[in-house]
Amino acid sequence: MAVAAAVVLVAGVALALLWAPEDADQGPSQRIFYVHVPIALTAYACFGWGAWKALRLLWTGDQRYDLESYTAVHMGTIFGTLTLVTGSIWARTSWGVWWSWGERQLVLFLILFLFYAAYFMLRFSLPDGPGRARISAVYALFGVVLIPISFLAIRLAENFIHPIVFTRDGPQMSGDMFFTFCVCLAGMVLLAGTLYLNELAGKRLDLRLRELREALELG
Amino acid sequence: MSSGEKYLAAVYLVVLATVLVYVAIISAKLARLEREVTALAERARETRG
Amino acid sequence: MTYARDVAALARKDLLLELRARETLPAMVLFVLATLVAFRFALPADASERASVGLLWVAILFTALLGITRAFIPEREQRVLDGLVLSPVDRSAIWLGKVVATLAFLGAAELVALPAFGLFFESVTWSTVAAVALADVGICAVGAILAAMAAAGRARELLFPLLFLPLSLPILVGGVGAAVGGDPVRYLAFLALYDGVFAILAWASFEYVVTE
Repeated sequence: MAVAAAVVLVAGVALALLWAPEDADQGPSQRIFYVHVPIALTAYACFGWGAWKALRLLWTGDQRYDLESYTAVHMGTIFGTLTLVTGSIWARTSWGVWWSWGERQLVLFLILFLFYAAYFMLRFSLPDGPGRARISAVYALFGVVLIPISFLAIRLAENFIHPIVFTRDGPQMSGDMFFTFCVCLAGMVLLAGTLYLNELAGKRLDLRLRELREALELG
Repeated sequence: MSSGEKYLAAVYLVVLATVLVYVAIISAKLARLEREVTALAERARETRG
Repeated sequence: MTYARDVAALARKDLLLELRARETLPAMVLFVLATLVAFRFALPADASERASVGLLWVAILFTALLGITRAFIPEREQRVLDGLVLSPVDRSAIWLGKVVATLAFLGAAELVALPAFGLFFESVTWSTVAAVALADVGICAVGAILAAMAAAGRARELLFPLLFLPLSLPILVGGVGAAVGGDPVRYLAFLALYDGVFAILAWASFEYVVTE
């Protein structure tokens, strides 16, 4: 997967920077879109994956899903933070401000960031074991439900928090732009997948080493 | 470079930097794991022999 | 239906304990009053009327935090919870019982808070009352399961607000919007949606939280 990720990502970056047509209104900074939105979508995918693994854990009781869910949430949080950072930079170039409450994606990711940051605090406060796995899993499920609910809430809130003055590129992109976007999206997802597998392997190894050490200590 | 291009570069650099830092952390973890495995293998050989 | 009877018994236990000890409810009432007064001082005199509604909701949320913490976190409650988990009671009934009891406490506190708000700030509209009622369900449903999660680990009193506040943000939006936004029904419907979705989720997953 790593090779595929590298190839697609490099292709995506090349396309985004060199080949895609320049946006008439926003100029070169529009190309940030090819990074920011795929990262955001990948973050959602990670949280969804984490919630799926959490569900599998609760369903089957198989403990190995715990590490998978945890790693997925970890990935999602990293990509979510990146979304906030890239989104903020994009806001700075588009509108001259580092933050905008009118920007739905940003606000949504801020809420999610708070939620998933608490996930890690929760996990670290709990003693190791199946109890922690279960509680983390339930929390991950709450998270994935929170995503659409928060989105709705933000849309409703716009009436009184901050009226939208600015608009963004929607799906009405030109064909070339859309193609570039898809390639970048695929690249990001593959990147997340690669990092996920690596981190998971590392965590699993850690776990098995600890078990081995304990076995040796006693035996 | 226009300011738009500067921010564009900033975004790509931030993402790249994050990925590299992440890879570095994982590599460090791998190195530690390797050291532990070697230590454990040593201990296993001693207990047996 | 023994399930309903279990829930009623559990809720009644909490309410009776409170009636005898009289610790939580007076604290909540005083807290919400003090918070409202503090907000009155915190707002400049010419602040918009709309801003004050937001403060009402913040006061309610924090008062709820107080009440729910008391329902789950203290050592005594932990031992009771352990005992209940061992009993043949359906685990989700424990959750529902706690929700009912906490709702009662929160509702009682709000019976004082809302008139006080009307007195200190501006009169309370029907949409605000409806929003508060709907929001209470969501607050207690989500708070109950999160408190159980927090109580399982260390630093519970610190952890619970951290867990609760992100999930309470949509409630805040719904509540303030119902009072301030042009069309309260939309916000009330949203609150109902929140309640339904999260209550079902909490009800279904509570047993996984308390099982060891």
